[in-house]
Amino acid sequence: MPATDKPRLQVDNLQAWYDESHVLHGMTLNVGDGEIVTLIGRNGAGKTTTMRAIMGVLRKRQGTIRYKDQDIVALAPHKVPRLGIGYVPEERGIFASLNVIENLTLPPVTQPGGMSLNEIFALFPNLQGRNRTIGTRLSGGEQQMLAIARVLRSGADFILLDEPTEGLAPVIVDQIAVSLQILKQRGLTILLVEQNLQFASAIADRHYVVEQGEVVDEVQNHALAANMGKLNAYLGV
Amino acid sequence: MTEFFGVPVVVLLGQVLLGLINGSFYALLSLGLAIIFGMLNVINFSHGAFYMLGGFVTWIIFSHLGIGYWPGLLIAPIVVGLIGALSERLLLRHLYGVDPLYSLLFTFGAAMMLEGLFRYIFGSAGKPYPMPSALSGGYNLGFMFLPVYRVWVIAIALVVCFGTWFAIERTRLGAYLRAGTENPVLVQAFGINVPALLTLTYGFCVGLAGFAGALAAPIYQVGPSMGANLIIIVFAVVVIGGMGSIAGTIVTGLALGIVEGLTKVFFPTASAITVFIMMILVLMIRPNGLFGRER
Ligand SMILES: Nc1ncnc2c1ncn2[C@@H]1O[C@H](COP(=O)(O)OP(=O)(O)OP(=O)(O)O)[C@@H](O)[C@H]1O
Ligand SMILES: [Mg+2]
Repeated sequence: MPATDKPRLQVDNLQAWYDESHVLHGMTLNVGDGEIVTLIGRNGAGKTTTMRAIMGVLRKRQGTIRYKDQDIVALAPHKVPRLGIGYVPEERGIFASLNVIENLTLPPVTQPGGMSLNEIFALFPNLQGRNRTIGTRLSGGEQQMLAIARVLRSGADFILLDEPTEGLAPVIVDQIAVSLQILKQRGLTILLVEQNLQFASAIADRHYVVEQGEVVDEVQNHALAANMGKLNAYLGV
Repeated sequence: MTEFFGVPVVVLLGQVLLGLINGSFYALLSLGLAIIFGMLNVINFSHGAFYMLGGFVTWIIFSHLGIGYWPGLLIAPIVVGLIGALSERLLLRHLYGVDPLYSLLFTFGAAMMLEGLFRYIFGSAGKPYPMPSALSGGYNLGFMFLPVYRVWVIAIALVVCFGTWFAIERTRLGAYLRAGTENPVLVQAFGINVPALLTLTYGFCVGLAGFAGALAAPIYQVGPSMGANLIIIVFAVVVIGGMGSIAGTIVTGLALGIVEGLTKVFFPTASAITVFIMMILVLMIRPNGLFGRER
């Protein structure tokens, strides 16, 4: 089977620990080229931990993580992003000691094909003209845009996006949804953590349900409406 | 003659100048200490020993190899920086995961060993170092005599401090450093080799101390305890300035030198403890230091 037939990201029986506490108990999932796949699940299910384990930020792990058919578990943490993997953390991670343009240009360009500053300002007009503003002085929504823009500029074509809509006003959520649609059209591959099913269904192809550190179900986006009862039970809403 | 509180202005100016020289050394050294603390979370008690090492490198290459002041000013910080980088890579690095007390004790012990080694080899007595001819002599300003070397020390210290400030606040590498001080894990997750950045930071900062040591050679004698005497004051300077701001640390170093110099005029007996009194006052009013941020 040629490499191109293999999924972009393949995670198999991934276990992870915070010190002694065992948090991931065998996560298995995959993401194909150009796909947008979500992880949904209750608070504390292990969605963020999965992303941290994939990035190698969380070191205590077991199992397989293959990206473009390469084992990345053994890589030093700073080598993982250099494969073109961009990370937008849940807490957004905007630096208070850097202004907007410094935040934006902090991640080194790892691959050609990244967005130019002009393209980024077209995608997120709120960021335009704010270069000298301290990063953390931006509003929550603007900080989220900056966090996404930052990895887009680096040329990453696979993005780990952790709860981009958390705590944001509906109008900002819509704006972020539109920008993710554009990224999808550009062929980016995205693993998305999202609690907002309505938001997720507007852009995703597939959904994994995570419970207590494991994938317990998988739902195609077109079957989302039919499975709403089941999903709401998983999420406890 | 013009007087100020009964003290001739000339005397005052002389002390301000002397104070500025001491302040230049405080600034060069406290700058490195503050950056190392911010980035590595290490209280670097070796800093004074690296300053001494800079002085000794300058003196040794002159007395044994005939390499003079100007090349020494370049060679000393490079040698000290490389030794520092190597010690970070091989030793200090292993203490990052544990309580900062361990790295403090390690750097303290390393400083004792280094100073002991130099005392063993070269003896305790200070070694005189000749004033470079281009910088000897002075200007007669009519009301006072201004030694060239003092002007040079202040000027070059200001240039180096400003250069460091610029590198940290205005360049891409500096942005990595600032971001790494805040959140090294995330900086690493963007593809930046943070361990290498830490080695570079440590090497550069102790290199600054080595540079200060070379600069000190012609005015203070080169001896094994030259760093130990200075470093306690420099720690107080860092505490007074706070950790938050590079520019703040530089300004604090210079200002405290001047304050100390002026105290010599008005309360000569108190001059040795001025900095510490300032430290206590500042800690009472602003526990994070004059320019510090909440940590
Ligand atoms: N730094 C940490 N140290 C110890 N335990 C942690 C740490 N971070 C998370 N955990 C625990 O690991 C489990 C999974 O947390 P994780 O953050 O991955 O959940 P999540 O699915 O992202 O939840 P949320 O929807 O609230 O973001 C939780 O039980 C949490 O308490
Ligand atoms: Mg989470």
